[in-house]
Amino acid sequence: MAEAVLAFMWVGLTAYALFGGADFGAGFWDLLAGGTERGRPPRRLIEHSIGPVWEANHVWLIFVLVVLWTSFPAAFAAVASTLYIPLTLAALGMIARGAAFAFRHSVDQLALQRFFGASFAFSSVTTPFFLGTIAGAVGSGRVPPGIAAGHVLTSWLNPTSILGGVIAVGTCAYLAAVYLCADAQLHDDSALLEYFRRRGIVTAALVGVVALGGIAVLRADAPHLFAGLSTRGLPLVLVSAAAGISSIVLLARRRLGLARVAAALAVTAVLWGWAVAQYPYLLHPGLTVQAAAAPEATLRAMLISLVVGAALLVPSLVFLFTLFQREHDTATHPAQEPF
Amino acid sequence: MGTLSGVLAEAATPDLFHARMQMAFSLGWHIVVACFGVGFPALVLFAEWRSYRRADTAMFGLAHTWAKAMGVLFAVGAVSGTILSFEMGMLWPGLMARFGDIYGFPFTLEGFAFFIEAIFVGVYLYGWSRLSPRAHLLSGLPMIVSGVAGAFFVVSANGWMNTPTGFQIRDGQIVDTDPWAAMFNPSTAAQSVHMIIAAVMVTGFGVASVYAVGMLRGRRDRYHRIGLLLPLTVAAVATPVQIAVGDWLANVVADHQPVKLAAMEGLYHSGTGVPLALGGIYLDDRLVGAIELPYGLSLLLHHDPNGFVPGLDQVPPQLRPPVNVVHLSYNAMVGIGFALLALAAWLGWVWWRRRDIPRSPWFLRAVAVSGVAAVVALEAGWVTTEVGRQPWIVYQIQLTRDAVSTAPGLRYGFYLVLAVYLMLTVMTGYVLRKLAGTRGAPLAPQEPEQQRQAGRVS
Repeated sequence: MAEAVLAFMWVGLTAYALFGGADFGAGFWDLLAGGTERGRPPRRLIEHSIGPVWEANHVWLIFVLVVLWTSFPAAFAAVASTLYIPLTLAALGMIARGAAFAFRHSVDQLALQRFFGASFAFSSVTTPFFLGTIAGAVGSGRVPPGIAAGHVLTSWLNPTSILGGVIAVGTCAYLAAVYLCADAQLHDDSALLEYFRRRGIVTAALVGVVALGGIAVLRADAPHLFAGLSTRGLPLVLVSAAAGISSIVLLARRRLGLARVAAALAVTAVLWGWAVAQYPYLLHPGLTVQAAAAPEATLRAMLISLVVGAALLVPSLVFLFTLFQREHDTATHPAQEPF
Repeated sequence: MGTLSGVLAEAATPDLFHARMQMAFSLGWHIVVACFGVGFPALVLFAEWRSYRRADTAMFGLAHTWAKAMGVLFAVGAVSGTILSFEMGMLWPGLMARFGDIYGFPFTLEGFAFFIEAIFVGVYLYGWSRLSPRAHLLSGLPMIVSGVAGAFFVVSANGWMNTPTGFQIRDGQIVDTDPWAAMFNPSTAAQSVHMIIAAVMVTGFGVASVYAVGMLRGRRDRYHRIGLLLPLTVAAVATPVQIAVGDWLANVVADHQPVKLAAMEGLYHSGTGVPLALGGIYLDDRLVGAIELPYGLSLLLHHDPNGFVPGLDQVPPQLRPPVNVVHLSYNAMVGIGFALLALAAWLGWVWWRRRDIPRSPWFLRAVAVSGVAAVVALEAGWVTTEVGRQPWIVYQIQLTRDAVSTAPGLRYGFYLVLAVYLMLTVMTGYVLRKLAGTRGAPLAPQEPEQQRQAGRVS
């Protein structure tokens, strides 16, 4: 039963990476979009694409947290207390980002719009970096069970964590570029399509190179994770690599819808590869899934609520995304959006 | 690096003060915007519905402006709520490690409620031009339901900290965990109803006060009149209900947390025929300068002038909360509640006689401050329940100081959070002020097209 709840949580984490991650990545491209004039078209597409959905995408993180602390309280307490510094920085980044995004289109002075735009874009890069360092801390076994039992600095300032941070930022940027090209296509904007297509191919290649280099880092710095990834996790690692390469090919051939799927598969496979490699440990080497799991009654209540909740959530999410992914039905509800 | 090693050397001396301040500050901030997440959707939907029914452009403009304000407040609420969930573990790992599996469950349900609300806030705010008016209205309904449900779940978790149920402790081990029983603990019903109505009052008085300021500045058009009257009516209806619910909750506290109640009333000596003390300062185990209503407290709690009320003398000094903070914030909340009731009665009386709002500028002045007053009452009530539970984090089960993180350097996190929140407060205030002045003029991309305002209204 603990494994079933854990799987739900990991689905939530995957969704956060695929949707919330892409929103962070959109902020990354906002940051690099250049001056006011030159950056206007991509920024406008970014704002248009993430505006209606970013809050819902953000909730996946809350979902992961509440499932973790209810079902595996010891793991949550250990992770949050040892890693409070990157968690605080990530949380403040989320605040700066969400508030700035909401404020940006509610003010009309250019100076303030620039300030909010810069806050949004900058924190969109730092936040996934810190979340990546947290993943690296857990993955490299630097969070011992117990309260604040790990080192508050070296637990997340180490080779695996830095690798995790860089890969997180890169992955977000890659997902965002791939998604945004399909959005540009939806709006018949071929210039922006090319713009993000180029960026998607380049970031895919860069993330691939970093991941290859990361193999050496993991081997030296997180041997147990390396061992897991090169044995049980290997099929998923290979799937990820294949999906990543296919997404580059698909982007090159302008098969944008399929490129989205391939990119999402590449990221999903890495996350599940990590989970498989680390199993049965939640916190290597001190805490297993079984040892951390809540009592039976709690897990049962969790499973019930997760199933019922999913039944409400999934249709709502589908409604949200289809509403904003389809072009306007201009005959009945004429649009005023710039596209 | 000298300071850094100094900070790291602090390890294992828990920084309870800064942890409590950080939690109080970030939760105290979030609770205000969260209220708008609960109260605003119904107000916005009502305005939109009426604007279609009556082809009312002023109402339509209000629905728009309010929708945008709701969007801004929901966004800052979403992100300021996130740090709270981090803080549960960053600051209080002892609580979460030991009890997360008992009382974490309603947070999971709240996670779903919040998810649904976020989805439909997105649909509502950005869907003006993508949905028919009817579908747009319907898409708003889940916001109302999930906002209220979310408040219920979160408050039930807080209620559990006040009246923990759903487990047994045998030889120091927690057994017989029952998350459903934990969620439906004795405080849940009264506390959550009190909170939800408080959210409605904060939203109603808060929004009305904006238009009262506008009217005081001479803008007496229909737009401002409805902007004042609609939210104020909602808040005015909620106020007497809230006072009755408050009485119910005080009785729940008296039954289950007598020490908290004694602190709220500044009562040291247990006894019968206890007077109700208003105001005053608690010094050397007695209230100085309080106004006393004979037999008041016994009557309120037992409907009997000789009813027995336990005082702070029932527990040793180290298990008592700081009395003055609890007593004075409790009195502040109740005092403001009755002042708001008087304001509601004034509106009701004049409306009944003349079908109009009171003409006196003093009425507008009172409404103008009612928003701030409602927020102060909200904070005071929250301080009452949280500080009144001290020194326990889980009443009579776990001390707050046993739950706090032992990580070094927590205070710097607090300073950082404080700095970011000050910025956030200034910016939120600025953006809302701008919105209040725009009358639904298009600024944001989540705008309906002008055509609808001109032609599709009817």
